[in-house]
Amino acid sequence: MSLDRRMLNYLGLESVEDLFADVPEHLRLEQFDLPLGMSEQEVCRHVDAILSLNRSAVDMPCFLGGDCRQHYVPAAVEEIVSRTEFRTAYTPYQPEMSQGMLQALFEYQSLMAELVGLDVVNSSMYDWTTALGEAARMCMRINRRKRFLVPRAMSPQKRSVLNNYVLGTGMTVGEYGYDQITGEVDMDDLVGRMGDDVAGVYVEVPNAFGIIDSRAPELKAMAGEALLVVGVDPLSMAVLRPPGDYGADMVIGEAQWLGSPMNCGGPMLGLFACRERDARRSPGRIIGMTKDSNGRDAYTMALQTREQHIRRDKATSNICSNEALVAVGAAAYLSIMGAEGLTSLARSNMRRTRRLMEMVDAVPGFEAPEFTGQHFDSFVVRCPMRVEKVNRLLLRNGIIGGMHLGPTCPEFDSCMILSVNEVQTDADHENLIELLEGMA
Amino acid sequence: MTWRQARWDHQSVFELSGGSDHALGAGSVDDLVPNGMTRDRLDLPSAPEFEVVRHFVNLSQMNYCLDNGLYPLGSCTMKFNPKYADRLAAHPKAAQVHPLQDEASMQGSLRIMHELERMLCVIGGVDAMTLQPPSGAQGEFTGMLIAKAYHTLRDDPRDEVIVPDTAHGTNPASAMMAGFKVVEIPSLPDGCVDLDALDAALSDRTAAMMITNPNTLGIFEPRIDLMAEMVQDAGGLMYYDGANLNAIMGYASPGDMGFDIVHFNLHKTFATPHGGGGPGAGPVGVKAPLEPFLPVPRVMLDEGRYRLDYQRPQSIGKVASFYGNFEVLLRAYTYILRQGSNGLRDASSQAVLNSNYLKKRLMEGYELPFKELRKHEFVLSAASFKDRGVRALDVSKRILDFGMHAPTMYFPLIVDEAMMVEPTESASKEELDRYADVLLSILDENASVLATAPSNTAASRIDEVLAAKRPVYSWRMRPDP
Repeated sequence: MSLDRRMLNYLGLESVEDLFADVPEHLRLEQFDLPLGMSEQEVCRHVDAILSLNRSAVDMPCFLGGDCRQHYVPAAVEEIVSRTEFRTAYTPYQPEMSQGMLQALFEYQSLMAELVGLDVVNSSMYDWTTALGEAARMCMRINRRKRFLVPRAMSPQKRSVLNNYVLGTGMTVGEYGYDQITGEVDMDDLVGRMGDDVAGVYVEVPNAFGIIDSRAPELKAMAGEALLVVGVDPLSMAVLRPPGDYGADMVIGEAQWLGSPMNCGGPMLGLFACRERDARRSPGRIIGMTKDSNGRDAYTMALQTREQHIRRDKATSNICSNEALVAVGAAAYLSIMGAEGLTSLARSNMRRTRRLMEMVDAVPGFEAPEFTGQHFDSFVVRCPMRVEKVNRLLLRNGIIGGMHLGPTCPEFDSCMILSVNEVQTDADHENLIELLEGMA
Repeated sequence: MTWRQARWDHQSVFELSGGSDHALGAGSVDDLVPNGMTRDRLDLPSAPEFEVVRHFVNLSQMNYCLDNGLYPLGSCTMKFNPKYADRLAAHPKAAQVHPLQDEASMQGSLRIMHELERMLCVIGGVDAMTLQPPSGAQGEFTGMLIAKAYHTLRDDPRDEVIVPDTAHGTNPASAMMAGFKVVEIPSLPDGCVDLDALDAALSDRTAAMMITNPNTLGIFEPRIDLMAEMVQDAGGLMYYDGANLNAIMGYASPGDMGFDIVHFNLHKTFATPHGGGGPGAGPVGVKAPLEPFLPVPRVMLDEGRYRLDYQRPQSIGKVASFYGNFEVLLRAYTYILRQGSNGLRDASSQAVLNSNYLKKRLMEGYELPFKELRKHEFVLSAASFKDRGVRALDVSKRILDFGMHAPTMYFPLIVDEAMMVEPTESASKEELDRYADVLLSILDENASVLATAPSNTAASRIDEVLAAKRPVYSWRMRPDP
């Protein structure tokens, strides 16, 4: 490399090594065992060759869903999040020269607030799992209670991350069951597990079986002084009643699929919403609207005294870097889709889900849906052979099959969840059915 | 020449109108939604795509970024984000893979993760790595969970974590999240850890010590290996906060210094973009005895096939949904390939040279507390200007008027009126000189000019008091016009 001699001269140094004189001799690295650098072209060729070992959801339809999903991303969204002004900016610590990012994040908060029906949305958590962990901790901060109830049918990653988030708090996590017929919350079981030590009750709408729970509006009254935390797919909010309307104190969820690709599971976008009265106890960055010295509307980071850089070990959370650019993507996505675009997409996917469900059920040996409740865009299929085997056969024929439900609920080891999206064509659905018929 | 930032009439996206271009013809689904669960109104904007694109492009022009110029926020390592990484990260075979696909169909992604782990192990001087934490702070939390699991398994419950008073705020916050009590120890007049204070703080309650080296003053802790020995002799673990790793790549490694657990900030040291606050990535490396505690799944290589291993009975479990922020991991992987061992060492050399050059130029007008030789960053004090009514805040705001970003303000806390500067390797001598000239010329300006700055930015001085007093966190909370 060529260092600027003038700089060394100014410092009165012979060599840049002199600037490392304070690193004790015995701590100096003797060898640095990495290959030498490559040209840009070599890097691109090398990485391209490795990536070609992947088979992706552009090569074939993908029926996997769960906590990461494929939805079509309009080109305009990609263009907006690729703007170097957004991509290469830091956290907006100097608001006067960062109004663009601040307003974009404020709009993300505002669009999400509208979707979920609560006033306060932070400018992102890492993903759905950590949003859940933060929600449990926040419940305890608010009401000082120490038990948190979650559905037994919940993705294993959520359960594991939640356990880690409550490990140091003295909180315990309890589970409640599902109704064997409808797939909805088993209200009797849940009521039986309530008590005055319950800090919060977590419910998912749609839930891990893809069911839109008809009992959701009854939960707030049942919870009493425990807080109600509702986990959502934000796309479903286009057609479903917002949880803020039926008493949710917090709404969390995963918003990666509003404008971002799956990226092998990261970055994701953790949605976190709460009521205004609880904002001071909430985790994460919040952008607020204020004025500048000329009286114009302006934006800045608000309630920073909750955060780690000021409150240190008394902060509400340790989060610093978040998923800001993914949130800008979600704001762009929601704005471009608009109310009609989002609603019609959700409706169309629901209608097609219903149709695919009937088609699968008609295949001898396969049964769908497992439950009588209403579905959003995913449903449980019982398979006549091991799920891994079904998926291997599908993959061999150019289809990424459904998510194995076994890891979520061992009693459904012979079931998979199929998720429908607008990227799949009707021909893809017919192809899937044909392949399943071949297995029966 | 006067710099001015764009100032568009920034109406809200909610004020756009004209109908969406993305509506499909889809009929009602009321028959598919349970009673009482149907949404009756949705107040999202509704505008043609060209309106929305203009809105966000105009917003972007009201945002200073690294590709505009120097962004010398201390401890943030705002180095140039290479464009080849953008191209590769957008590759459909990278971006369009679902994390739960069959391992056979994602061998490319798994190989990249596995190789990145090996590279980071070499750079950090550690034996095993997880890429799962999506940020540096989550890496710290992961490290603290590992420390907890380690002590718990030895039936030796320890509840204290020691941090120096120069530590990043995330350190005490992450320790607190994992249920530890934080013990803060003071620094000596030379800016380094007080070994007597450390000795006094150590006990059989000490679970770990968290520290960054060089520290947040930019000073290399010369007795770091001694400190590690003291902590380990007391039964604790040494945790390396990797935020300042850009100072020493190829010169020294945290593993050699005696650290047991090391996190990396790929969005700092390995040139991935900060995205206005994220996404980042905070991989965590450990020495061999701690490997069993790493999060699941681990990426394994068996006979030429990559696979995900969940069968780890002592693992702490998961700290994020899947395997980490793969898009960020891929960028860091390409950066390390491009730089190689020579290029990474050169990056640290240039970063430290730039920092020391700019530091000496600024000492013409600013006070530099603590000793002189610094690594990648340094901390000035604006305390001596207080008697003429000028604060670090005012100086920082005035810098913005010249189209340059201000240093980190008011951190670390042990420096009065701190201004923490980290130019990184991505700055020429000319650019550093321009920055120094501006910072020095500001000192000759009238206090009243500084108090009203900035005026060339999209917004003038922000009313932070109003923001705290009148909570408006979403469009639906806005006050009536």
